[in-house]
Amino acid sequence: MTLVLGFSASNALVWIVWLAAAFACLGSAVAVISFSNPFYSALALIGNLGSLAVMYLLLSAEFVAAAQVLVYAGAVVVMFLFVIAYVGPRRETPWSGGPGWQTIGAVAAAGALLVEIVVVVGMQASGNLSHETKVGAEFGTPAWIGRIFLIDHLLAFEITSVVLLIAAMGGVILGSHTRRAT
Amino acid sequence: MLGPDVVWYVALSAVLFGIGALGVLIRRNVLVVLLSLELMLNAGNLALIALSRHFHNGAGQIFALTVMAVAAAEVCVGLGLVVALNRRNLSLDVDTLSELRG
Repeated sequence: MTLVLGFSASNALVWIVWLAAAFACLGSAVAVISFSNPFYSALALIGNLGSLAVMYLLLSAEFVAAAQVLVYAGAVVVMFLFVIAYVGPRRETPWSGGPGWQTIGAVAAAGALLVEIVVVVGMQASGNLSHETKVGAEFGTPAWIGRIFLIDHLLAFEITSVVLLIAAMGGVILGSHTRRAT
Repeated sequence: MLGPDVVWYVALSAVLFGIGALGVLIRRNVLVVLLSLELMLNAGNLALIALSRHFHNGAGQIFALTVMAVAAAEVCVGLGLVVALNRRNLSLDVDTLSELRG
């Protein structure tokens, strides 16, 4: 696992963009879980999604970056904001509610999960991740994605549409349920 | 590949997943738990796309797009549940939502 830094100008530029996106990503992720107002959490999630879209562009996945901004920032977060506005402001103190052992246990469990991921990835992939393959200019373009999505992975595409349809039906059923007389 | 090695992307995605898991475990508001779940899904997407670029295999990007669609479905059902809870004047605190019957 060699982390050799090249010193060409374009390489340095990519590093700077990557570092900025990584800091924005981690900072907004911490902001999502530590704001007491869920409205600000949802706004911080937009920042997180935007910095991840920059990461996808650096990984030459242009179509996924565009879909990320459209689907997540454009649809999912807006839906979150509407529902947060609908249920009204409910404040919560993020780090002090509940018994202290719960907080300590949650931090320990999340830390254990992180260590587990790092160890497993390091064990399984440390040999494979050092030498990279060249990618062509068409890698990640919409035409390329469309070709492999609609030819090689057509079943996944169709099943995704069924999943979305069923979820939409479930949302309608949950949302239109009348209040039971108590 | 210009810029950082793929290991940096995978490490960043692991840290992001850990932050999301911490949010799911530590927060009690249903909405913030759902937002933290989105963080975890995005961390998985970042790892998929980084490794797809690394191994020059398009299946990772296809999987990432599928994960996005499933995340949208999950948000649809989760927010439907939040709206249904709010209609019944139930609390949105996950610690008090400990039984399945409304």
